[in-house]
Amino acid sequence: MTVFWVSAPIMVLAALGLLVARKAVHAALLLAVVMVGLSGLYLSLNAPFLALVQVAVYMGAILMLFLFVLMLVGVDASDSVVETIRGQRLMAVLAGLLLGAIFVIGLAQASFGVVVGLDDANADGNIQGIANLLFGRYVFGFEATSALLITAAVGAMVLAHRERLEPKATQADLAARRMQDYAASGKHPGNLPTPGVFARHNAVDTPALLPDGTAAEGSVSRVLAARGTVRSAPAMADDIAGIEKQLGQAPHAGRDQSAPATTEEEAPTT
Amino acid sequence: MNEYVVLSAILFTIGSVGVLTRRNAIVVFMCVELMLNASNLALVAFAKQSGNLDGQVAAFFVMVVAAAEVVVGLAIIMTIFRTRRSASVDDASLLKY
Repeated sequence: MTVFWVSAPIMVLAALGLLVARKAVHAALLLAVVMVGLSGLYLSLNAPFLALVQVAVYMGAILMLFLFVLMLVGVDASDSVVETIRGQRLMAVLAGLLLGAIFVIGLAQASFGVVVGLDDANADGNIQGIANLLFGRYVFGFEATSALLITAAVGAMVLAHRERLEPKATQADLAARRMQDYAASGKHPGNLPTPGVFARHNAVDTPALLPDGTAAEGSVSRVLAARGTVRSAPAMADDIAGIEKQLGQAPHAGRDQSAPATTEEEAPTT
Repeated sequence: MNEYVVLSAILFTIGSVGVLTRRNAIVVFMCVELMLNASNLALVAFAKQSGNLDGQVAAFFVMVVAAAEVVVGLAIIMTIFRTRRSASVDDASLLKY
């Protein structure tokens, strides 16, 4: 019972958070909280097999599918506030409150009879009991769900398949295109530097510095740049100035010295 | 026993309000999953109350069907996103007069 009264408020709060979460990834994580709570409740209801299947199937497979599709579709897509049907959100919330009130008032007063408990049914073990039913009385439904799963997998392959509309570009085509770009706009026709050649740090939010101290544009992911979580390049170039001072050279003029240093790198002691 | 069923009803209501209110197709799908989970909880609670495991087998079947549904539904959402470049349910409005 304590399991119930501890996890029920957490689950309700997580479900309400799922309603109002602005980012879809937060909604997925709150759904995971609800599912963990449900797994605990199944354990308290003498359903250990279902508790583990809940974790394995729902959180391990279904939530991972949700997260993968969220990554494909775009993590920064947020709901628009504009309503296409006027007053729909307000009416939906009111209807939901009414439905919830009817459910709670009605079910709280219902009496369900004596709780028989699952000690007899679980006499051989919960898994054996479920197996007896699944392969005994419900074997037809079992076979039908296996056909359903095959259909679902084939359907997903059909829907997600992409037909190629034009022939694939060969190595010769790519090389010719690069030479044409170089002739037209002077764009460098060679390879980009391999990862790590200009890197200053292991982290993905730290840009690589070009030899004159400015940040290389392509070295940080577009998503991080759009979020604004990229570390400042001039701050990391501070130790270049320190080393140049040690070597007795003047600090290179190509760098922006006015940016404040971050606390990530210690100021070098001369 | 009552408390499990009331919790199931509350989760179901929250899921249904989410389906009506949210615009992102994937979050709508997640609220549908919440409703399915709520009904699973009611099934397992009644299995304990009635003393046989039929409720748990039914909950198992609901989980399997929900998995198949999520697979196909997400594939559909991905296909719509490829052509329309948007995952909002408001944008799939070609059949509007």
